[in-house]
Amino acid sequence: MKFETYQLAKELDSFNYQQVQDGVLAILEKGSSAIIDMTACKYVSSTGLRVLLYSKKIAASKGLRLCLVGISDEVQDIMNVTGFNTFFDCFHTMDECLQAVNS
Amino acid sequence: MDRVDLFPTHEYQGLKLRPGRPYPFGATIAGNMVNFSVYSRYATDCTLVLFHNREEKPFVEIPFFKEFRLGNVFSMIIFDLDYENIEYGFRMDGPYEPEKGHWFDKSKILLDPYAKLIVGRDVWGQEPHWDSAYQYRARVVFDDFDWEDDLPLETPVNDLVVYEMHVRNFTCGAGSGVKHRGTFAGIVEKIPYLLELGVNCVELMPIHEFDEFENHRVSPVDGRQLYNLWGYSNVGFFAPKAAYASTGKYAMQVDELKNLVKQLHKNGIEVILDVVFNHTAEGNEQGPYISYRGIDNKTYYMLTPDGHYFNFSGCGNTLNCNNPNVRDMIVESLRYWVIDYHIDGFRFDLAAILGRDQNGHPMSNPPLLESLAHDPILGKTKLIAEAWDAGGLYQVGSFPSWGRWAEWNGKFRDSMRRFLKSDEGVLADVKERIIGSPDLYASQGRGIKASVNFITAHDGFTLMDLVSYNGKHNEANGEDNRDGENHNNSWNCGCEGETDDPDINRLRHQQVKNAITMLMVSQGIPMVLSGDEMGNSQQGNNNAYCQDNEIAWLDWNNLEKNADLFRYFKQMIKFRRQHKVLRYDEHLRHQDYLGLGYPDFSWHGVKAWQPESGHNNLTLAFMLNGQYAATIPEGHSDDFIYVAMNMHWEMHGFELPQLPESMAWHVFANTGVPSPDDIFESGQEPVIDNQHEVLVGPRSIMILIGK
Repeated sequence: MKFETYQLAKELDSFNYQQVQDGVLAILEKGSSAIIDMTACKYVSSTGLRVLLYSKKIAASKGLRLCLVGISDEVQDIMNVTGFNTFFDCFHTMDECLQAVNS
Repeated sequence: MDRVDLFPTHEYQGLKLRPGRPYPFGATIAGNMVNFSVYSRYATDCTLVLFHNREEKPFVEIPFFKEFRLGNVFSMIIFDLDYENIEYGFRMDGPYEPEKGHWFDKSKILLDPYAKLIVGRDVWGQEPHWDSAYQYRARVVFDDFDWEDDLPLETPVNDLVVYEMHVRNFTCGAGSGVKHRGTFAGIVEKIPYLLELGVNCVELMPIHEFDEFENHRVSPVDGRQLYNLWGYSNVGFFAPKAAYASTGKYAMQVDELKNLVKQLHKNGIEVILDVVFNHTAEGNEQGPYISYRGIDNKTYYMLTPDGHYFNFSGCGNTLNCNNPNVRDMIVESLRYWVIDYHIDGFRFDLAAILGRDQNGHPMSNPPLLESLAHDPILGKTKLIAEAWDAGGLYQVGSFPSWGRWAEWNGKFRDSMRRFLKSDEGVLADVKERIIGSPDLYASQGRGIKASVNFITAHDGFTLMDLVSYNGKHNEANGEDNRDGENHNNSWNCGCEGETDDPDINRLRHQQVKNAITMLMVSQGIPMVLSGDEMGNSQQGNNNAYCQDNEIAWLDWNNLEKNADLFRYFKQMIKFRRQHKVLRYDEHLRHQDYLGLGYPDFSWHGVKAWQPESGHNNLTLAFMLNGQYAATIPEGHSDDFIYVAMNMHWEMHGFELPQLPESMAWHVFANTGVPSPDDIFESGQEPVIDNQHEVLVGPRSIMILIGK
């Protein structure tokens, strides 16, 4: 399976969601699975959560994967209490993620 | 093919607009458009006021042009709004004639009555900006949520064990051990505890948006801040309380609450909301403008002929529930909570008000209650009435039901409390309560499932306080102990309040066990007050609505201190859930209608087959024939159950009814002996030596099973 990484900025919200969505969907369009590197990201808004889940569902519909890597404690907490965490494969580091997807 | 009406027709200060859809009311997202719609019968003009998030000054105020009006509805569509960063309100123009019921004031910015996301009180207890012109601010909400395969559980109502709880009180206290104290997320963390206790339904005290700072003041006892903790004072009927969400500061309360419901459902636990449709937070003539008063006062409130607010709620105003438009709002609110939040049922606060006409008179067929009983979407939703109001209307047993409405059975509470403290003259009444109150519900064919039984609820003493205090101790509420119920039917067991006396403490534990036993072996839907299972005390405060502190918060350290109580509650709840004959939905026949040699249900006394009936008697016994369980849907033949209640202060021998051959009586529970011999695991009940008689100690209940 081919993988491509998409790097998130400090925040994912209604100001930049379109750009992120376009970026991730472009990866999926190419037939690659997506690894979203969230290491720099400290806040994900309601819009942001929906972009991630929407992208995940598009990936699944194409038989591709979408993994989240390096989720900060704050973002993880938001995802946990809103239940969005249950939909994603999450990894602490890129190495862990690559190991898992390649095995 | 794209629609032809996706193009703007107007432009206003750079925003692209077109006439809106009058329905649905509120703010609705459709692609790159947001539709705003608001109804006012008497307004002459309306303006949509838009703010960027949390900003004091609006960035635009858009008038509803003439072509944006249809009937009495103002609606407009705005294109390409960054709606995650928008807060909106309305200005309404119209007559200011209070004597005629009109309070229009276009200087006020008003909350949308249909707002589904309200910000402004986002973190509990964080002081708001009091001089802000717009306090409770509507936002546009995402209405998508991935429920996967979740739906309301539709548990048969007679199978419920309801746990009445408060979002903050449940996990704010010492030792709760959760990360997100006092929030929806905190409840999710406690699901394993709820499962261990064995309840299958939580009834959440109000979670609609309210203002904890309403009527805030300090306690005269210790100078602490007093809040509106309970929240029986709605700011919005469609929005969850932001500060009950750990993510309230990010305005994600909608998703957090939905996740709570989804997780509870995954664990087989239903969610009932306590809803307050009898009044709003706008209070009386001195109250603030929040929404309804300024949007359409005469529509939303019940008014006297000279324009004053009726006060059947005891809270300053009365929602005009049987005005057709308010009725629609209530129905839509309830549908919304069922459709969008998968809520399983509602408990209606002061529901008798919902049956009053626009002049305050009780109606025989109130249209609102009839609508709710027959609503297609609420078709399997539990509807539970608190069947009285503050205006003196008391409808326990007579609440208009159409076979759909259950009631908080206040008579169960009163009779059982009196029996518990060994009052004379209550036996006949207690017997009605034990068999599902046929005196109240049989004649209308409502069945046992109409009766929600409880001994304690948020109003009044906790169970431990019921057996520890003769009188209320509400000084800390700052009303000179005038507030709260005076007739508690409580008994302190010999000393007012906490004591070191081991005999008194032993008796209190025994009385708590007696109470939960009475509740769990009675026909009807049992409701347990959160914390009673660990002996929670409010230090004698029987109206802790304003005590956002350890008075009202559960002290989880009690779980260890009162481990015997928790164990007893757990086993009793399990016992009820194991035995179908404790959970009939229709009334008992007291006849051997299957020709089994024993009736479905029989009364006994200290003599088998000879029930007591005297005025002074404090003993009763009854037997349920488990074979009749096979007649109940999904039931199968089960053990005999015999319960002997001795609320006399002397020991009594109870002659036992004879069992079919090859069966023997075993002890399941005996509140008169200390833990762990007070209650047994299923399958480990010891057989009793004397199969003809048992001795039941003073103020004790014994449960035997025949197998």
